[in-house]
Amino acid sequence: MDESSGASDLAKMATANAGSSDKPSKVKVGVKDVNVFYGPKQALFDVSIDIHDRTVTSFIGPSGCGKSTFLRCINRMNDTIDIARVEGDIRIDETDIHDPNLDVVELRARVGMVFQKPNPFPKSIYENIAYGPKIHGLAQNKATTDEIVESSLRKAALWEEVKDRLQEPGTGLSGGQQQRLCIARAIAVSPEVILMDEPCSALDPIATAKIEDLIAELRENYTIIIVTHSMQQAARVSQTTAFFHLGILVEVGATDFMFTNPKDQRTQDYITGRFG
Amino acid sequence: MAETTVDSTRNADGTVNWSSDAAKRSRRRRYGADTRLKIYGLTAIIIAVGVLGILLATLIIDGRTAFVQTRVTVDIFVDPELVDPENIERGNFRQIVLDSIASKYPELEDPADVRTARNILTNNAHFMVRDEVVANPSLIGQTFEIVIPASDPFDQLNKGVIDRDLPEDRRRVNDFEIALFDELVEQGRISTPLNWGLITNSDSRFPELAGLRGAIVGSFYLLLVTFLISFPVGIAAAVYLEEFAPKNRWTGLIEVNINNLAAVPSIVFGLLGLAVFINFIGLPRSAPLVGGMVLSLMTLPTMIIVTRAALKQVPPSIREGGYGVGASKHQVVMHHVLPLAIPGILTGTIIGLAQALGETAPLLLIGMNAFVPGDPGGLTDASTALPTQIFIWADSPERGFVAKTSAGILVLLGFLITMNAVAIYLRRRLERTW
Repeated sequence: MDESSGASDLAKMATANAGSSDKPSKVKVGVKDVNVFYGPKQALFDVSIDIHDRTVTSFIGPSGCGKSTFLRCINRMNDTIDIARVEGDIRIDETDIHDPNLDVVELRARVGMVFQKPNPFPKSIYENIAYGPKIHGLAQNKATTDEIVESSLRKAALWEEVKDRLQEPGTGLSGGQQQRLCIARAIAVSPEVILMDEPCSALDPIATAKIEDLIAELRENYTIIIVTHSMQQAARVSQTTAFFHLGILVEVGATDFMFTNPKDQRTQDYITGRFG
Repeated sequence: MAETTVDSTRNADGTVNWSSDAAKRSRRRRYGADTRLKIYGLTAIIIAVGVLGILLATLIIDGRTAFVQTRVTVDIFVDPELVDPENIERGNFRQIVLDSIASKYPELEDPADVRTARNILTNNAHFMVRDEVVANPSLIGQTFEIVIPASDPFDQLNKGVIDRDLPEDRRRVNDFEIALFDELVEQGRISTPLNWGLITNSDSRFPELAGLRGAIVGSFYLLLVTFLISFPVGIAAAVYLEEFAPKNRWTGLIEVNINNLAAVPSIVFGLLGLAVFINFIGLPRSAPLVGGMVLSLMTLPTMIIVTRAALKQVPPSIREGGYGVGASKHQVVMHHVLPLAIPGILTGTIIGLAQALGETAPLLLIGMNAFVPGDPGGLTDASTALPTQIFIWADSPERGFVAKTSAGILVLLGFLITMNAVAIYLRRRLERTW
């Protein structure tokens, strides 16, 4: 395949996507000089980036470059790994997420996460969605819970498909439906930021398209950060793209510029398919 | 076939000749090794199953006579002069039985002979008659029929265990006694129904009356105490070690020690029970409470190891899903991980309890091999357990206990097989695929 034509396809997709977010919004997630270590091995080197409110930012890069690690820093999921150590400044709305006064459980409600392989709880569809609000005290009674379940499923474009079988197990749905269920589960606790770690890599193209449409809709209310292996996907859904390589944030910028006119040679090489 | 060119697998020009003699020989050797391996495995299985089969066959052959009980149907005349209607309990039922026997054998004149005939019945015959009359006072002055177990020597005679062809002085029963017994057989008064008493009677000095009920109840209490202690403690310890404990030298040490505890000989736990629970703390001897505490110490390492394995099986994606939604550590463990680990824990618990059921050495040391003629009323009453009851019977001299020992072992095996079968069934039923 011709390298330059591949790149220009991407550029076309990116430009098509760029339009609506030309107005700069406030910084939702501010990251400064983050270093992450797994035991003695360093995985991220001095990463700094600003994520703007109500945009879709995508992290791209070859395997093992640290993009998933960095994503997991934002909701402190790396805390669950014993040997992981995170240094640096990460702020959401100017609040330091590593502040001892900040409850990490609250953080994880405000910053939701969707994983690569859909992982609904082995409970009913209803219980999957209702669990989060229940433990955070967001729903006092059944009526409120029912409301939250319905609105989350609607926002995740899943309501019509499952409204008649809410008591069936969540694991009985198809892959794409399960992933939308996980998105609904994240939405149910009223997050401000949604992190998605390669959400479509386990799905077929039709399901992928549905999720990408969903991301475009969700962008109006949530800040979304998506890690993806597919540059086409990054070009389709995101307004800002960040390119990682070997633990370093090489370049970040508006998606259409990244794919038409990257500043760094490494970015150019990756986009044109010379490696990764 | 020419030797030179086909003997090596590689030809002169470097290509490979797969049909050379050398290649064929090498392949035959490899297939030979395959077959030999299969034969070794098959032989091993045959030996193992064979030994098991021999064991079971021996038990069944030895114990089969204990599953039936020889009984005698007697007519008892309740002489109103020997029983006071106001105080039936104190009636002279010994005499009543003797008189009834005497009337059945009119040819016997010597009272000693009558006593010999009476001893065909079990020693406690007069108590059984008494209970009948107490329950039914209208029997006073009447003749009624009652079925009474035969005493041990005649029980064994009837089952063919005592060899009639031996010379008289080498036999447990002499010719006179045999003649008396045969008379009863001719009259059709001898029957051999299934011996439910094996399960429903408590232990007794007399083999014909001895049963496993006290031991079964004792074992039940034992397992109850063992379960109540080792289940919560084991699960809590395993959850802590698996989910909460930091991975450092100390926790590594604890893990090694727990695994070692599982290998400690069981009699050591018996000594511990004796020294600490009975002597130091002062708990009663032979009590299921103490036995249960000792057995729970033995089952604890098994519970911990099994629970940890079940927890490890829960995939990390479940935990991540929980954390991702903002659940705290204990919520992830209690709401998500533990419920999914329950099937594995349950299976391991049943297997651990089945092991505890068969433990004998520690129970012997804390005194559960005492002779206890009734059921234990509660956890602190003296009691036996199935394995110790078998031990007691194995030691007893009466002939009837030989068969009863094997029968008792079969009953114990029956319980163990049932428990393990339930465990396997549950594991199959509750197994989940992610």
